[in-house]
Amino acid sequence: MKVTLKVWRQKNKSTPGEFKAYQTPELNGNMSFLEMLDVVNEGLANKGEEPIAFDHDCREGICGTCSLVIDGKPHGPHQGIATCQTYMRSFEDGDEIYVEPFRAAPFEIIKDLVCDRKSFDRIQQAGGFITVRTGAAPDANSIPVPKDNSDLAMDAAQCIGCGACVAACKNASAMLFVAAKVSHLGLLPQGQPERFKRVKAMVDQMDKEGFGSCSVTGSCEAVCPKSITLDFIAMMNRDYAVALLKGDPKPIAGGGA
Amino acid sequence: MRIYPAVHYTMGGLWVDYNLMSNVSGLFVMGEANFSDHGANRLGASALMQGLADGYFVIPATIAGYLATQSPGKRPKTDHASFVQAEENIRNMQKLFMNSKGKRTPASFHKELGKIMWDYCGMARNKAGLEKALQLLPALREEFWQNINVMGQEMDWNQSLEQAGRVADFIELGELLCLDALKREESCGGHFREEYQYTPDDEETKKGLVNPGDVKRRDDEFAHVSAWEFAGVGKQPILNKEPLIYEEVHMSTRSYK
Repeated sequence: MKVTLKVWRQKNKSTPGEFKAYQTPELNGNMSFLEMLDVVNEGLANKGEEPIAFDHDCREGICGTCSLVIDGKPHGPHQGIATCQTYMRSFEDGDEIYVEPFRAAPFEIIKDLVCDRKSFDRIQQAGGFITVRTGAAPDANSIPVPKDNSDLAMDAAQCIGCGACVAACKNASAMLFVAAKVSHLGLLPQGQPERFKRVKAMVDQMDKEGFGSCSVTGSCEAVCPKSITLDFIAMMNRDYAVALLKGDPKPIAGGGA
Repeated sequence: MRIYPAVHYTMGGLWVDYNLMSNVSGLFVMGEANFSDHGANRLGASALMQGLADGYFVIPATIAGYLATQSPGKRPKTDHASFVQAEENIRNMQKLFMNSKGKRTPASFHKELGKIMWDYCGMARNKAGLEKALQLLPALREEFWQNINVMGQEMDWNQSLEQAGRVADFIELGELLCLDALKREESCGGHFREEYQYTPDDEETKKGLVNPGDVKRRDDEFAHVSAWEFAGVGKQPILNKEPLIYEEVHMSTRSYK
């Protein structure tokens, strides 16, 4: 099979970008989307053209490094998987495929399809941790965790922090990401000491980074490669309201753990 | 999903002492990045288990011993001779890559390296194949430095340059893997040397202790860790043997049949 790519090329954040068309060589349907880009890049480099920059690392849906908006949908046509798990057999021979970076003001374009997602790191640093004693790990059975909570916490912990939720949202809201991180720790006993400080600090940092508000369209849930649900946003909103009622504890951001 | 050789399957890592500190003071190495647990053993998930064991149980108990000897504000600075030297090496390498007028992309060298490793240093290896690989790899390294073509700009976001640096390392590591596999004249864990397996004619097979095709370990000669010491690019690394001594639980052979 062969496809035509319309790829967003942009030299850097201060230079305007544009779509450029590339005809792929003969492809194998079992190639992943990223392998297809590798092949296209090899062809470009051999012709003396600069390869298309795109983020990738583990290529097995765990690291959250790959991005790409494929034909208008973050992480491509399927539900519950990342771009790296999208295969060319999902497309037809002769298809024209638009490939864009994740677009949101807090995700500045670095080059071509690569955007800067450090704002997510700063949200995590604002409160996405727990305080634990140093020393040997306690026996697993010494801290009982209700099964329902551990299952829910595990669902939230699936979040790989890729930013597809932001890219899909018309408001560029990061609520699904922040909700997953807040709930993952807030549901477990180890996360209780900072539970309300955490939600406040992380939401505040999210606002500071310039992410938009949530209007509950659910587009984030639809594109999330880990199928994180909107329920976590509701859970976070509840914790956030409680945190406001509890008053304003000293923010834990900045000092670091 | 295709499983293919990746760094994960080197099944080795940096030498560390009992406290998981490498031979660089203060550089602790955890999980499968160190050599300590999974060199000759690749049962399912042992890498994950080692990450958990090192992270949860070993390092909390050992790193404090090192930190207690350090005083704040006395950390090595970037004007340290080693740092200056390392930075200069990297800069020179980048210049060399960017100025090279070669014909081949980093990806094409990566693929050729992968093919050599797959053919001669894969799941089953033998003396002739490994010797062949040890002729092919230095030649590939020579060609790499003569004929590399890196696209883009040095000070831009440049994935081609990044890959070139990695492939340079991979070629060195590939050579070391082949050398180690050649020198270890036994079959053990993930290392299967075709020459060392039980045949129907062996005494042990006749007695029914092993089955034909079972791996033949040679504990008399090879019950040691091979810690290879870097001696410079293209130079034969120095072999340091660390004997494996077990006082309570003794080594046994695992049979999957």
